[in-house]
Amino acid sequence: MELSLTVNGKARTDDVEPRLLLVHYLRDVARLTGTNIGCDTSSCGACTVHMDGEAVKSCTVLAVQADGHEITTIEGLASDGTMHPMQEAFRQNHALQCGYCTPGMVMAATSFLKENPHPTEAEVREGLEGNLCRCTGYHNIVKAILAAAQS
Amino acid sequence: MIPAKFDYARASSVEEAVRLLSSEEDSKALAGGHSLLPLMRLRIAAPTLLVDIGRIKGLSGVRDKGDAVGIGALTRHADVASDATVGREAPLLAKVASQIGDPQVRHRGTFGGSIAHGDPASDLPAACLALGASFVAVGPEGERVIPADDFFQGFLTTSLEANEVLTEILVPKAAGARWSFQKFNRRAQDWAIVGCAVVQNGLTRIGLVNMEAAPVRAKGAEEALADGASAGEAAGHASDGLEPPSDLNASSEFRRHLASVLVRRGLEEAGKS
Repeated sequence: MELSLTVNGKARTDDVEPRLLLVHYLRDVARLTGTNIGCDTSSCGACTVHMDGEAVKSCTVLAVQADGHEITTIEGLASDGTMHPMQEAFRQNHALQCGYCTPGMVMAATSFLKENPHPTEAEVREGLEGNLCRCTGYHNIVKAILAAAQS
Repeated sequence: MIPAKFDYARASSVEEAVRLLSSEEDSKALAGGHSLLPLMRLRIAAPTLLVDIGRIKGLSGVRDKGDAVGIGALTRHADVASDATVGREAPLLAKVASQIGDPQVRHRGTFGGSIAHGDPASDLPAACLALGASFVAVGPEGERVIPADDFFQGFLTTSLEANEVLTEILVPKAAGARWSFQKFNRRAQDWAIVGCAVVQNGLTRIGLVNMEAAPVRAKGAEEALADGASAGEAAGHASDGLEPPSDLNASSEFRRHLASVLVRRGLEEAGKS
């Protein structure tokens, strides 16, 4: 069926199967492979993207449910070659090891700061409840998000 | 994993959704999809027709209905958690909604979806049992109101007919009620291994998470309290008459122990509120 949506500011129309998951649409149809698939069970958060500005797990949304909505992926965060402050904070604080969870972490973190611009460390840790880092590199991720909140 | 093939139809009204759901035997309503899609991905569920009710206008949001708070079935957990009316009139629900899954799940998952799914491991059904909530369902014959006590029938089975749409949750106002919500889990974002919702408004009602195949009340503990038992004594009856499941996370026996501890804590915390 026909699907029309905005991905990273660009309008797209594609013909998709109803069972196509949003994450597969983004990776395989829109060819935006920055969004990773981790657990496939709605647990790990590697596939986190923004739907109308809010973090969602794109493995648990049908592409057709995103019809008419605005999707932002990790590729859409930087503007004019300048990294988003959250990306910059992750770089500065070495908030990644293998990097697999990083796109999802960054998308979850930017959505979280929109809802809670001045969080405590405990709130940041709570706010990351939906994202798993297989390297257990949480400490620097939390540091990066606190730094981004400052900037 | 990729769900099995299905046909997809988008309903623009409750009546249209009922008509579409009635048109095929193996149809299923889709709202936020956060209970249904995980099951479909694992191919535990394979409906042949998905009726997307997620865009029906008027099914979302919280309304003050005099002696009750009406919560539209499509209201997302994040919006229940932050709603001022819910916070004032049914603070237990705001607390429970704020602890469901994780932020991403709370952005998409809906109150009605969680109730219609009827998962014994979900928190909202137990809260609705404790609050004496009821559910508005619309089907081919029109509208009916189902009390929470009559709604949850068995594992993922409710008294909602396959061609009925849950439209609203009615929660009796209980601004002055004492309450508590206790949840034991081992990892962030997990379902509760056991949980309990306590509401004291003259009588005490206790809803339990994961203590039976369906969401249930702790009737043994409620009756003990009505007979004048202390919190500690009543909590010892938390699992009377119940058959808690055994699984990878906990044995049935451990769940009974957890229920007695959590119900005691719940009663103690409610007593202080």
